[in-house]
Amino acid sequence: MIAVFDSLAPILAAMITAATPLLLAALGEVVTEKSGVLNLGVEGMMLVGAVSGFAVTVTTGSHAMGILMAACAGVVMALIFAFLTLTLLANQVATGLALTLFGTGLSALIGQGFVGTPIPRLPELNLPGLSDLPFIGPILFSHDALVYLGLAMVGAVSWFLYDTRAGLVLRAIGESHEAAHAIGFSVLGIRYLAVMFGGAMAGLAGAYLSLAYTPMWAENMSSGRGWIALALVVFATWKPGRLLLGAWLFGFVSIAELHVQGLGLRVPSQFLSMLPYLATIFVLVLISRDATRIRLNAPACLGKVFHPDA
Amino acid sequence: MRRDALPLRLEARATPSAAMVWLTPVLAVGLTLLSGFALFAALGFDPVRVLYGFFVEPVASKRGITELVVKATPLATIAIGLAVAVRANVWNIGAEGQLLMGALTGGGLALVFHGEEGPWLLPAMLVAGMLGGMAWAAIPAFLRTRFNASEILTSLMLVYVGRLLLGFLLNGPLRDPEGFNFPESRLFNPEAMLPMMVPGTRMHLGAVFALLVVGGGWLLLARTFIGFQIKVVGLTPAAAAYAGFNEKRVVWFTLLLSGALAGLAGVMEVAGPIGQITPYISPGYGFTAIIVAFLGRLHPVGILLAALLMALSYLGGDAVQITLGLPQAMTGVFQGMLLFFLLGCDVLVRYRIRRRRAPAQPQPQTAPVTVP
Repeated sequence: MIAVFDSLAPILAAMITAATPLLLAALGEVVTEKSGVLNLGVEGMMLVGAVSGFAVTVTTGSHAMGILMAACAGVVMALIFAFLTLTLLANQVATGLALTLFGTGLSALIGQGFVGTPIPRLPELNLPGLSDLPFIGPILFSHDALVYLGLAMVGAVSWFLYDTRAGLVLRAIGESHEAAHAIGFSVLGIRYLAVMFGGAMAGLAGAYLSLAYTPMWAENMSSGRGWIALALVVFATWKPGRLLLGAWLFGFVSIAELHVQGLGLRVPSQFLSMLPYLATIFVLVLISRDATRIRLNAPACLGKVFHPDA
Repeated sequence: MRRDALPLRLEARATPSAAMVWLTPVLAVGLTLLSGFALFAALGFDPVRVLYGFFVEPVASKRGITELVVKATPLATIAIGLAVAVRANVWNIGAEGQLLMGALTGGGLALVFHGEEGPWLLPAMLVAGMLGGMAWAAIPAFLRTRFNASEILTSLMLVYVGRLLLGFLLNGPLRDPEGFNFPESRLFNPEAMLPMMVPGTRMHLGAVFALLVVGGGWLLLARTFIGFQIKVVGLTPAAAAYAGFNEKRVVWFTLLLSGALAGLAGVMEVAGPIGQITPYISPGYGFTAIIVAFLGRLHPVGILLAALLMALSYLGGDAVQITLGLPQAMTGVFQGMLLFFLLGCDVLVRYRIRRRRAPAQPQPQTAPVTVP
């Protein structure tokens, strides 16, 4: 029994690590979408966050500074999106795509001089007492600050959305912007904030990739994780708690590649690398086939343009 | 109070402005150039020199013009399909994967019949390429119509799957036995290649096919019943349902069409300028074609012009990389900025910008009201 635990613990710990960027980005997107805005630019914000965090960490030597700047870079990217879709009423799907295309190019441009630069990995923070717990300790409490932040944010976002007045207002705006506007809530103001929060979280997700998951910068290093995070939001039917489950599931799928090969199965590596993408399609189908469930859970104004004077 | 935060406001137009539909792309290009100017100045380059090197020098020669056509060919071909789909509110953002599949099936035919080529091979390759792209696009179409799954996410996921599949095949079955273990197929024989239109350049027959696709796209949208259905489904789904148009059929049709065209673009690349299957078939044509479709106002003629402009952004990126040592990622930044400006300027199509009226001042009362 002990032996099983001993071999299982590193796998579960790796699963939590691999799930973290997805979790961070998806938590941000949940808040954005709950306010009624569909931002498909997660991948772009994540890449710009990753490169900014990396560049700042290399330049200043401070991980904390890098993480902070990654979040800021995500916010700046999100503001471009917010200005275009909320103030200038542009189509959200097209603008989100543009944000991803732009972010991919911009991150490659910024990251030019940083390809191949080594940096120390974001250090692990052992929590006194908790990290020494048998089994649970190595799985849950032997990670870096961003992993803990991701886990804490599940609770924080859930509390904000469902137990605070501000969260109620945000959800009301996502359900019916006209009604919320008529009552006197600032639809645009709240949506700007929600989009910015999504950007900050995507930036942090990017920072996790370039500072902790694989401490380096490579073009396009998020390799679709931003899009998977978007699918996770649908999979979780916009509920933060289920997001955690979904992210762990995907974390598990994405580390399967390493472990299956460790078991000596002769499956070509490309097919194993396909697994996260195929799993995304699979869970999307699984959830979406129940049209009623989607309709009941998706914010009613998701993706719709709001023009107060119309 | 908050509504007076800006001195300007947007007033909805009764009907979209026809003039603005065509003016905004010009405006967006102008703004992109201006921002590029500012960006390069800020980075410490001579902006005039960079912009000249990016947008003028690459097409200052006959060879440059033919290269422009070579790059515009796949962009226009793919963008026509995507534009038709977007007209129906179907978002196929996985054209890049469909392109790779087309290259794989079409190019695969050239490899299977290597040494046994005949005049039938090239047409068969083109058809196989279209079928390959179509098959890859059929997956999101099936998942959307049968399970209601978002075609945006499924088609995009299939890009990654397609890339990995290509990587697997090039490291295994399709690898050139005499290729020193490089993940590349053997070179196609000349019979399996599209004929060159200008000798000594890479401008191939695909350019003509792209023009035919543009013409066909115009016919489809302007002159056919399915084209009409596509537009109605996209503009007012309720009216389409009332008229008895089958929305699922439109989803299938637009995804298969855009997949087939992306596949055609893919096979034209491997049978045209490349001449073999490699992991680097496309520098992101499938994604850039989305920008082309929007910049061209989802209209075939506009798409043709937009494809040439985007092709120029690729050539410009290559050129400034060589002459000025600027990173090639400039291309992506320019393309992204252009799309931002376009989407932002598009507000002018449906809205007017009006100065906010000053809030009404209370009338100063000079005399006390007297009660008779």
